[in-house]
Amino acid sequence: MACIGSQGELTESARKMLTALEEPGTAEDVAARTGLPLFRVRGGLREMAEAGLVELNSGTYSPTQRGLALLPA
Amino acid sequence: MSNHVEITTEAPSRTLAESGPASSLPRLGMAAPAFEAVTTHGKLRLEDFRGNWLVLFSHPADFTPVCTTEFLAFAAIAPELRERGVELLGLSIDSPTSHIAWVRNIKEKFGIDIPFPIIADSNKEVASLYGMIMPGESKTETSRCVFVIDPVGTVRAMIYYPLTTGRNTDEIVRLIDALQTTDKHGVATPANWKPGDKVIVPPPSTMEEVEARLKAGFECTDWYFCKKSV
Repeated sequence: MACIGSQGELTESARKMLTALEEPGTAEDVAARTGLPLFRVRGGLREMAEAGLVELNSGTYSPTQRGLALLPA
Repeated sequence: MSNHVEITTEAPSRTLAESGPASSLPRLGMAAPAFEAVTTHGKLRLEDFRGNWLVLFSHPADFTPVCTTEFLAFAAIAPELRERGVELLGLSIDSPTSHIAWVRNIKEKFGIDIPFPIIADSNKEVASLYGMIMPGESKTETSRCVFVIDPVGTVRAMIYYPLTTGRNTDEIVRLIDALQTTDKHGVATPANWKPGDKVIVPPPSTMEEVEARLKAGFECTDWYFCKKSV
């Protein structure tokens, strides 16, 4: 999975997206906050949702407790 | 004289079985076939590109010289395309590992980053959806195909080149400029058009339009052949 590395750590792009979601937002918001291409954010957020790191409600993504736990303190 | 249609009984030169696996071909003006694929940037779907233009292109194989020159050329136009709201997406039937190794090799040998994702279409799913395999050329490699897909997912242009011939990426930029100009101004573009050149005003379809056109101040050679600046 592109959002999680071989040691179970967040990949750089996943960390950026998750950090950007400390304030919940849409994929477009995350792309604007991170500078990542929108297609990559859409694909990455979908994978992170499947991994239980973010959740989607009415088009807005927010981090789960599991996702927040993977961010550096 | 009757409308007799001559029916030949001559056998086709190639049987259906010889023509290879069933493969569809996208049509201009129709929705681009949806897909989900493993890429060098993670799993991506066609819908992930919605809102942007997309240039989806295939190459025959990683670690081959013509394809390497093409990847260098696509990387060179990536910033110009990004300014135009266009993303690039490569494809071949090589594995993700092969793609990654090749991209790293290009960086090492040529000093160029490949900034766009590449589909690892090992099972030929996307290649079949887009008719990228030409069995007369190769049954195991994708030919050099280019699909321009607009922000709402419609196929707007297709280019097919043979295995032997590297593509002209300047033409791809020019094609994008022409399509975007058409969308923005409701015009067509003449042969060899480039930004700044005059564009073609679509031919009138009624006598009323003809009369209106002749008074509109276009540069007209005849009533059906008018140009203007945009």
